[in-house]
This record gives sequence, structure tokens and C-alpha cells, in this order.
Amino acid sequence: MKAVELKNIVPIISYDFNNNIVVVSNQELFFLLKCLKLHFNYQYSLLSCISGVDFLGKTYRFGIVYDLLSLAFNQRIRVKTFVNEITPVTSITSLYINANWWEREIWDLFGVYIDNHPDLRRILTDYGFEGHPMRKDFPCYGFIELRYDESKKRIVVEPVVLAQEFRLFTFQTPW
Amino acid sequence: MILKKKDLNRELKNFTINFGPQHPAAHGVLRLILELDGEIVKKADPHIGLLHRGTEKLIEYKTFLQALPYFDRLDYVSMMAQEHTYSLAVESIGKICVPRRAQVIRVIFCEITRILNHLLAVGCHAMDVGAMTPFLWAFEEREKLMEFYERVSGARMHAAYIRPGGVSYDVPVGFLDDLYMFCSQFNTRLDEIEEMLTNNRIWKERLVDIGVVSAKEAIDWGFSGVMIRGSGLPWDLRKMQPYEIYSDLNFSVPVGINGDCFDRYVIRVEEMRQSINIIEQCFSLLENGSIKNGNFKMGVSNRFEMKSSMEALIHHFKIYTEGLVLPSGESYTATEAPKGEFGVFLVSNGTEKPYRCKIKAPGFGHLQALDSMSKGHMIADVVTIIGTQDIVFGEIDR
Repeated sequence: MKAVELKNIVPIISYDFNNNIVVVSNQELFFLLKCLKLHFNYQYSLLSCISGVDFLGKTYRFGIVYDLLSLAFNQRIRVKTFVNEITPVTSITSLYINANWWEREIWDLFGVYIDNHPDLRRILTDYGFEGHPMRKDFPCYGFIELRYDESKKRIVVEPVVLAQEFRLFTFQTPW
Repeated sequence: MILKKKDLNRELKNFTINFGPQHPAAHGVLRLILELDGEIVKKADPHIGLLHRGTEKLIEYKTFLQALPYFDRLDYVSMMAQEHTYSLAVESIGKICVPRRAQVIRVIFCEITRILNHLLAVGCHAMDVGAMTPFLWAFEEREKLMEFYERVSGARMHAAYIRPGGVSYDVPVGFLDDLYMFCSQFNTRLDEIEEMLTNNRIWKERLVDIGVVSAKEAIDWGFSGVMIRGSGLPWDLRKMQPYEIYSDLNFSVPVGINGDCFDRYVIRVEEMRQSINIIEQCFSLLENGSIKNGNFKMGVSNRFEMKSSMEALIHHFKIYTEGLVLPSGESYTATEAPKGEFGVFLVSNGTEKPYRCKIKAPGFGHLQALDSMSKGHMIADVVTIIGTQDIVFGEIDR
């Protein structure tokens, strides 16, 4: 079955069937993924990865991207959904068990809350880290820095002090 | 005080221990919270992120060319395989084509990288389990292979050799002769390693029927590479979704039967033999020609051209100051890295910097199955399972 026929099953916001990209609303996501996984004609049984993209300035600024792989038909499909800071995304761990860590990563790095997740803890950042570093409004150098204090004989946490202003070279030449 | 019998029969709580982050068998900085009942593992909770360097964030602040060396530093035992994936991702967005000679050189180096990785995987796995010798022999071979890296790029590990649009330098004179010499002796070296391990009673007792993964579980956990092939699924991206010149090459994909650690070990050894086979085929496919695409806008011109052509000089300057400007678009590019499917999800917004570069590391998916793989096994088997998963923290923590 072609991805085109997905339109008959789930309301799709936009699509690019040449590259197998489908955008659905947050509410329809779980149902669509369930169809894609279990339907005999799709069998996207393997979840490659879940990625997040932060489109700062848009109303629904976070894009959550699911890359699925069908071993039976040797095909990939990319399912996307867009949410804002306060909308949670439904966890798909009941469909794909390996979504667990990928969703934890989304929560950790982007701060998109995952509903019904069995174990929503931070994964990549430090214990007790605050903020969501992959957001576009999170500065590259962060907010705090650590160093070993010789007099106190322990590691101290301090706000970042830049010896020189952070330079971002954007050489968009006009010609 | 007299002990009463009912006091002695108290329910025993499970014992929780910390495995790592400083443990030689943890393959880096894995902190594993193990819940034990006697010596039996009840639950394994890996804590990762101790090597998190924010690679993805840093890449967003670099141009497409500057982002490339970060990929060497992800999985630091299969360096070029990852540069290759990133280059393919940039090429697929920019619609950049690669000359044939560069493709063959890329394949040669991808296979060298596969051998590098599997030698470390098998050698370190053997050392974790208790055999010291194969590790030393494997590292001697790795030394020779890293010399090949050094000869083309000047760096022994972090080569930054495969670049969007081709490779950075042509192979030096005499390189192929020496690579041929290496190939002709390598199978014997592998035989020696196999002699020490394959029929070794201790090695088999430690590996056979440990960490069994059925084919269904392998799919559910999103495994790829050796981990999925060990469970009997003949899934290799080089065969299934061929890139570069893999469709012209003749090689076989080893597949396991039982899905245990021993099968995966045998597969790794056989894959090294297949890689040698691929490299030998590449010798005859390597024809004269350019190693970079001629399009100045989409790739760095070579230095000789830069010195003689005004056009090339202008574009050389433009690419190293402004950077490569790609059209807006996105692509998920996956290749068969030695550890499994290494994917790069690249989003470009039409500027010289990647808007988002998501790195799909195969080890990330494998490590989260550690809990289900090690459940019910002895604590010593956890080390075997970490070894067979071929965990490297550079790529998992990113």
C-alpha cells in the first residue's frame, strides 16, 4: 500500500509522499503510528529514532519527528507532529518499547512533556540539571559552570562568566 | 540473646549495587544500577550522559564543513563511518554528486573502519571475559590500520577525511600496495584470534546462551547491525538500501541462529573477513579520476586548482569563510556503521549552518535493551552483554 492511502485512514495535515513524510496532529499521532506498525500493508515494525526540532518563533514550535522502518517492505517513513511548550505528546512506548529512551531524550533536551511515559527522567544531562539545552533560546554556553575550588576542596557551581563576549560568526555575504 | 526462628526467616531485600562509572568493563562511563538477588540480576538501570558534550548543540553553531570533525569524536572507534554518514546527509540535501573514485575510496575506508571497530569489539570483549591475548593481537592489527588513516589524512583517529562532495585528499603513492599487503596477511591474523577463542571452552561457557535476543525482540527494541543479524534477520543496509558502490560489490552477510553472544562474536569475525573481501574488490574498481566533485559552490576545490584558477580561488575563500550554503530541506540518512544503523537527521534552513542535526546512534538503542537482555543472568554475564553490544559512550551520550 502506498503512503497516499494514509489520507483515507487518518486526517493528515500535510504530506510529501515522494519522500514519505507525513505530518499529523498531536491527537492523531498515536493512532497513525498504530496503523503504520500493525497494518499488514505497512508493517513499520522498527522505530529508528525520535528527534526533536525547535522552530523558535512558530506557534507550535517543537517538531517531534518519528523515523520508522519497515523491514518487510524495506521502506522508511517519517511522521511528524508539532506541539508548543505546554502541550504534551502521547508516549508511544506501548507500541514501540524502544521509544522509551528517545522520549526521555526529547523531554530532557526540549522540555516537551510526554504523556503516559513509564519512566520520564532526564537522560543525557547531569543530575539536577535545569533547563532544556536543545531549545534554540538556550545559549550554547549554558548558564552555570563548574570548577574545583582549591580552598573549599570541592566542586563549586557558579554562573557562567565569559572572558570575552560570545561571538557568532554569520557571514551571510550579500553577493 | 537467643535468636528465634521466625526472625531468621525474614524476607531478604534485593541488593543494589553501582556498576561504574569507573569500571574497566563498563566500556567508558556507564553507570549501571544493578538490582541483585544473590548473584542474579533482577533489574539493570543504565544511567547515561556522563560523557554528554552537547555535540548536537555545538553543530548548530558551526557551518556544514566545521561540523564534520564532531562526527569522528562520537563513536571514537569507528570514525570514518560516521563522517561518511554525515557527508551523505549533506550531499542528499545539497544534491551533490560524488565522483566514482571518491566513492571507491570511501568504501575502502568504511571497510577499514569496520575492521578497526570489530577488532576492538572482539578484543575488548575477550578481555572483559578474561582472555588477554586476543586483545593484544587485535590492537597490533589496529595499529596497522590506523597507519592507513594517518597516511591519507595525517590523523590516526579523528581523520576528517571523508567530506561532502568527495574525500579530502587522494590516496598517496604506494598506499594501495601496502593495503594489499595488509589484506593478504589479515585473514591469518584472524585465524589466530579465532584459534584462541572460537573453540575455547571458557569463552564458549561465558558466551553461549547468554543475552539471547529473539528476532521479534530485536525488532521491538529497534536493533540494527550485528545485534539484529545475530538474531537471524538478514538486515544489512549495505545490501538492503545500498549507498555508494555497495550494489556493485559482491559480499555476503553473516547471520546468527541462536541470537546469543557467541553468535554475535562469530558474525563480527566473519564480517571482518567480508570487509577484506570488499577492500580487495575495490582495488580493481579504483579507476583514475577526480576525488572531489567539480562544482565549486558545493565542495572545496583542490589546492592545485586554487593556485591556478581565479574562479577556484574565489570559491575556496567563500567556502572557508561563509561556508557551504545548502538549500533548505531535511533528510534522514542512515548507513551501516560497524555498530549498526548510524543515522543523521539533518534539517537545513537555507543558511550555511545546520538548523538541526540529530544523531541516531546505534548504541543508544542497544543499551536500553540491556535491562531485558541481562534479566535473570548472573552479574558476571552483564559484562559479557555490555561487550557484545559493543557499547561506546561517545556516540550514546553525544
